[in-house]
Amino acid sequence: MRIYLDNNATTIVDPKVKELMDPFFSQMYGNPNSLHSFGTETHPAIRHAIDSMYSAINANDNDDIVVTSCATESINWVLKSIFFEHGFNSNKKHIITTTVEHPAVNAACKYLEKFGAKVTYLPINEQGIITVNQVAEAITEETLLVSIMWANNETGMIFPIDEVSKVCKEKGVLFHSDGVQAVGKIALDLSKTEIDFLSFSAHKFHGPKGVGGLYIKNGRSLEPLFHGGEHMGGMRSGTLNVPGIVGMGEAMRLANESLEYEGSTVRRLRDKLEDSILELPDVFVVGDRENRTPNTILVSIRGVEGEAMLWDLSKQGIAASTGSACASEDLEANPVLLAIGADIELAHTAIRLSLSRFTTEEEIDFTAKVFKDSVERLRKISSSYA
Amino acid sequence: MAKNDLLGGALWEQYSKKVADRMNEPRNLGTITEEDAKAKGGKLIVADYGAESCGDAVRLYWVVDDSGRIIDSKFRSFGCGTAIASSDMMCELCLGKTVDEAVKITNIDVEMSLRDDPETPAVPGQKMHCSVMAYDVIKKAASIYKGVDMDSFESEIIVCECARVSLSTIQEVIRINDLKTVEEITDYTKAGAFCKSCIKPGGHEDREYYLVDILRDTRALMEEEKLKANANSSESGELAFADMTMVQKIKAIDKVIDANIRPMLMMDGGNMEIIDVKDSEKNIDIYIRYTGACAGCASSSTGTLYAIETVLRQKLDTSIRVMPI
Repeated sequence: MRIYLDNNATTIVDPKVKELMDPFFSQMYGNPNSLHSFGTETHPAIRHAIDSMYSAINANDNDDIVVTSCATESINWVLKSIFFEHGFNSNKKHIITTTVEHPAVNAACKYLEKFGAKVTYLPINEQGIITVNQVAEAITEETLLVSIMWANNETGMIFPIDEVSKVCKEKGVLFHSDGVQAVGKIALDLSKTEIDFLSFSAHKFHGPKGVGGLYIKNGRSLEPLFHGGEHMGGMRSGTLNVPGIVGMGEAMRLANESLEYEGSTVRRLRDKLEDSILELPDVFVVGDRENRTPNTILVSIRGVEGEAMLWDLSKQGIAASTGSACASEDLEANPVLLAIGADIELAHTAIRLSLSRFTTEEEIDFTAKVFKDSVERLRKISSSYA
Repeated sequence: MAKNDLLGGALWEQYSKKVADRMNEPRNLGTITEEDAKAKGGKLIVADYGAESCGDAVRLYWVVDDSGRIIDSKFRSFGCGTAIASSDMMCELCLGKTVDEAVKITNIDVEMSLRDDPETPAVPGQKMHCSVMAYDVIKKAASIYKGVDMDSFESEIIVCECARVSLSTIQEVIRINDLKTVEEITDYTKAGAFCKSCIKPGGHEDREYYLVDILRDTRALMEEEKLKANANSSESGELAFADMTMVQKIKAIDKVIDANIRPMLMMDGGNMEIIDVKDSEKNIDIYIRYTGACAGCASSSTGTLYAIETVLRQKLDTSIRVMPI
């Protein structure tokens, strides 16, 4: 049995999505910008897909949802274009973000610092979130942009984005949110949120890889990152990724339809696994489960190093992940665990389990058992757990 | 960057079968009690090394008999697969050796023993660090057994623990090969190629010495020595003009002008002064200004100039050009 519990990294493409994409590879392969029928016959499906995207996040027709290649592109686009157009040649060079953003935000900010950007990195509190007061206090006369993720990739903790967006609006500061871990997992209503830009990526909600989006609120100007032809209204050049667009539209529609299932069944399975793990001594899960995306658990297991735990789970066919130390290319400790004030000895003990609507009860029961056995074995090896 | 660097992440695929095997089924895992040691007729040594907060910690148990031989060796470890496998192999390598022999086991021995074939590393570069702990804990155990300081087993200062490169080796390669970058040091010695902690502060663990500092200090020392050598050989007249420092060059030019040129100009009621000396790759340009009678003399830009240039070229360097301004 192979069990996939790394859905915050990427997800299975829903077979229904794949089926809908299929004709756009070798049958309707025309360039949508062409005048002939090969091009124009793709239009209905693209329009339908775009409609699905708008309705999934309840965007207004006057807003833009520009299809990009991934959320990393969307994020780079917002941060770089806003800074170079409105910050570089002015005294508004201040950007506010957090210490726990995805590397796309963090690395883009580091890059902009080379060009004079002043970046404030807000730390998360013990609950694993940023508070609206932190943001309000950090905003100055020179603040240009606030970029804060909607939900954290490691912990699943949901940040108070509605409140943050209101504060930004009041203070006249642009607000971007990395919504990669939120879109398709929790209900988002962009018509009711004072958010200027939202990035997302199809492969996190059972769509294909290589396609993402950027929501731009009506009236916000954004210089293109990709200059070229007149694709996407000149906002993002490059021949349209027709299968990708069709796939993302359908994936967003299905994810939206499944939100209730996500909030009930996926949540129940997650809670079941979490409860089972919490029966073990000396383990703790980061963050209040009511304020988390319904699919995510970040657990720290005293005395068990993260990669060793992954190894043992993997031997039984279970795929999980660790933000900590050895499993990634670098050797650093888990910044989220340290940020919430966990003991320093726990910095290398984090395991992330992330479910999806394809996760079954049987898989969760098996995982719960394997998890306990693995912890037991590794604690027997461990020099730091008697 | 190159083709093989574009796709990362296949960490586990780079572990040898022996590493995987020992991770799954460590042979020497366990604890030894005082009673166990007594029953085996030896002394129990328990040594801890590393820290959970760093991601790696190991506890080593030895039973050492009267002759100083390790007759039993077990471990427990908090760490990733490679740390567990390295600790396991380390225990095996200790077994049957005397304590004096055991302290000679290095992390490289441990890693080599974990290879499936002698040419392929047992672990990827960034995991080499895990075997270092296995080596350190042996030294710790030996120091407890002998009642001495751990550092006494290390005759050299080790800068890069993963590749076991000493401070003196690094200083030497910088000098001999005139190395100018940390990347060059890594190419020559492998220091800094693995966990990268020793390159500069802020890496996986804090180090006493960093390659960036060693490079800077060694280069500064080399520069100073070069100056001293220059000063000495320039006094004795052995130093070639091209190897001189700018100040030395100006002094040498002055000396030639005073001895061979100025007297000639002064006979005609003139003189000259050096305004600047510019050293480009091809030429050394000496900017001069005529004074006294020379200032308006017709020959100052033809015959006199030619004479000055010729003397300087003969005495000092053929690439000299003299520019009157």
